[in-house]
Amino acid sequence: MSVLIISIITLGALALLFAVILAIADIKLRVEVDPKIEEIDGILPQANCGGCGYPGCKNYATAIVNKGEDINKCAPGGQEITDLIAKIMGLEATATEKVVARVHCRGTEEAAKRKGVYEGVKTCRAVALVGSGDKLCDWGCLGYGDCEEECPFDAITMTDEGLPYVDEEKCTGCGICVDVCPKDILELHPIDENIMIFCRSQDPPKQSRAVCKNACIACNICVRKCPTGALEMGNNLVEVVEPEKFTEECYGGIDKCPTGAINFVHPEKIKRENKTVEIIIKKKE
Amino acid sequence: MNKKTFPKGIHPPDKKELSKDFKTEFFPAPSTIVIPLHQHIGAPAEPLVNKKDRVLKGQKIGEAKGFISAPIHASVSGTVKSIEPHLTPSGKKIMSVIITNDGEDEIHPDIKPLKDDISSYSPEEVRTAVRDAGIVGLGGAAFPTSVKLSPPKEFPVDTVILNGAECEPYLTTDYRLMLEKTDELIIGAEILKETVGASKIYIGIEDNKEDLISLYAEKLKGRADFEVAPLKTKYPQGGEKMLVKAILGREVPTGGLPFHVGVLVQNVGTTYAVYETLKTGMPLIERGLTITGEGIKTPKNLSVRIGTMFKDIVEFSGGYAGNPGKLIMGGPMMGISQYTDNVPVIKATSGILVLPDEEIPHKKEYPCISCNSCVDHCPMNLVPTRIVKLAQNKLFEESKKWGLLDCIECGTCSYVCPANIPLVHWIRYGKNELMKLRKKSEK
Ligand code: SF4
Ligand code: SF4
Ligand code: SF4
Repeated sequence: MSVLIISIITLGALALLFAVILAIADIKLRVEVDPKIEEIDGILPQANCGGCGYPGCKNYATAIVNKGEDINKCAPGGQEITDLIAKIMGLEATATEKVVARVHCRGTEEAAKRKGVYEGVKTCRAVALVGSGDKLCDWGCLGYGDCEEECPFDAITMTDEGLPYVDEEKCTGCGICVDVCPKDILELHPIDENIMIFCRSQDPPKQSRAVCKNACIACNICVRKCPTGALEMGNNLVEVVEPEKFTEECYGGIDKCPTGAINFVHPEKIKRENKTVEIIIKKKE
Repeated sequence: MNKKTFPKGIHPPDKKELSKDFKTEFFPAPSTIVIPLHQHIGAPAEPLVNKKDRVLKGQKIGEAKGFISAPIHASVSGTVKSIEPHLTPSGKKIMSVIITNDGEDEIHPDIKPLKDDISSYSPEEVRTAVRDAGIVGLGGAAFPTSVKLSPPKEFPVDTVILNGAECEPYLTTDYRLMLEKTDELIIGAEILKETVGASKIYIGIEDNKEDLISLYAEKLKGRADFEVAPLKTKYPQGGEKMLVKAILGREVPTGGLPFHVGVLVQNVGTTYAVYETLKTGMPLIERGLTITGEGIKTPKNLSVRIGTMFKDIVEFSGGYAGNPGKLIMGGPMMGISQYTDNVPVIKATSGILVLPDEEIPHKKEYPCISCNSCVDHCPMNLVPTRIVKLAQNKLFEESKKWGLLDCIECGTCSYVCPANIPLVHWIRYGKNELMKLRKKSEK
């Protein structure tokens, strides 16, 4: 008999044997899995981003069924998935609001200078271990793009100016970049919120002015121009305490801000007579 | 002579000739002093003075918080100008007491020795005095010395090693101290020995300092409790674990400290500080340092008040020679680069090193060529390239299995790497990320 036929017969026999063993094992060693887990896992987006706090979608599905974890934690899935999970679990759907990551710094390469020539590992998290990083501003974005690298949805690109740009359509609000950034520059905000402080520096005004052209210098103008109480002066840094109160009466403050640290996230959405506010972080072409 | 050492390590040019023959000079305290309230490993001290207060030399101005911490003292007499965050050589802004020096050097009335006879201190009194004086490891680590002098009961210490290796290139302050304060150091070492209940003292000296080896051998002739241990000149010979291995052949376990194998290693500078405090009652307000490097006009060994600005010392040393390319606190291997000389001398400042721009290689980084150099030289017997590759790929737990946490960050691997990979920096990144992961999973 030719070698060919012998091989086919032996391999075929082996395959049959293993198939039988596997079939028996499948029946004997079956672990009962709640079908709901499979079902929920089936509808989760399978991005395995970890934004829900679990390593992978399957683990989140298991936690919902076995531990009663909240069902609205999948940011990429959004409202639609929450509703579907609610149906499977027989629960009332809770409303989820779309949140996106926003960049709280405008210290571009031009505006916020570096300390010197840096020759170590070029990732933000490694640079942050050397002193407080290589930017003269201790609070600002380091610009080495760890957030860009880690975003599982490709929503972040580093601009030519050296800052991250978040594509709000692609951003699912999973919060991974928020965790990754050693400087706490990124923060999740409801997508409809339009007013923001583009600076994190709590240094005294003299110092922050010396290291960055775009710093909030705590001059209080915007707070004074806003009678509704939307803004408050924190520790050398303005805070938006009640964004929904930032109404037309307060817009004057934006025009008067000497550094542009307070601005609309989407100035194009604000319609005002004869006034245009410059868009401040532009997407890379 | 029977010279001891540890396996592996490197031989960088030692450059000690630049400064080693200059006697320690006393640096007059400048008109403004900046004293950070956190100069040690452990919790920051809390300020005890207010703006406009008059302070006296030796007065405690910062209270230690917690067991691992150290108090801070005024190094001059004068008025508190302000208390505000100031940049320190660590690269971080730290709350500091800024004092305008009145030039009187008026000593605080409480400053006097606890005992008239230095040999009559009990171990407990030594620990208290050392703690109150804010003494920390002056070799660069700045770990509170009183903690080191209180090893847990279940680990009896039988040997003290006086660390005079000074293996960092360029630095010569320990060398000068050993030459100029020989008797004081011997007494200081005896006190340390009594405090921890040891029976033997080794003095570790590298063989590029032959004069010290014979000096101490001569002085200690016929003494059974002292032994001079000549060491091969090799970096990082002054690392605690390397010294214990070289002199006693004992292996400090992973994650352990020398006391786990019955040893106390103390730097000579620290030992002298202990002696001074017990003798005079003056807390740690002054330290020896070397200002050196090809980028400084006249290298010197100085005795400097804590809080003196680098720029004052540079000026005192004739200023920069040519175009300064790199300013480092400490030695070239483990020191910290500075971007400005507007930082104060802290307890951990063993040297100020200035390298001219031409000396800085600005090397380009290439991928690892698996040449094994880092493995051949790592004094901790690690495989740096593997640890780093795992960390780069975010496999931190795996990297730990290869010894991520055992690395002493001596910089040997980065020094020898022909591909110029910043290995130690990656390792520090790995350690930091691993800690973050641990904290997260604890939550
Ligand atoms: S001052 Fe503000 S805007 Fe400028 S770099 Fe610092 S954090 Fe960014
Ligand atoms: S936002 Fe944070 S992670 Fe992103 S580039 Fe800036 S410092 Fe790096
Ligand atoms: S791996 Fe760590 S201990 Fe080993 S040579 Fe590198 S820095 Fe030194």
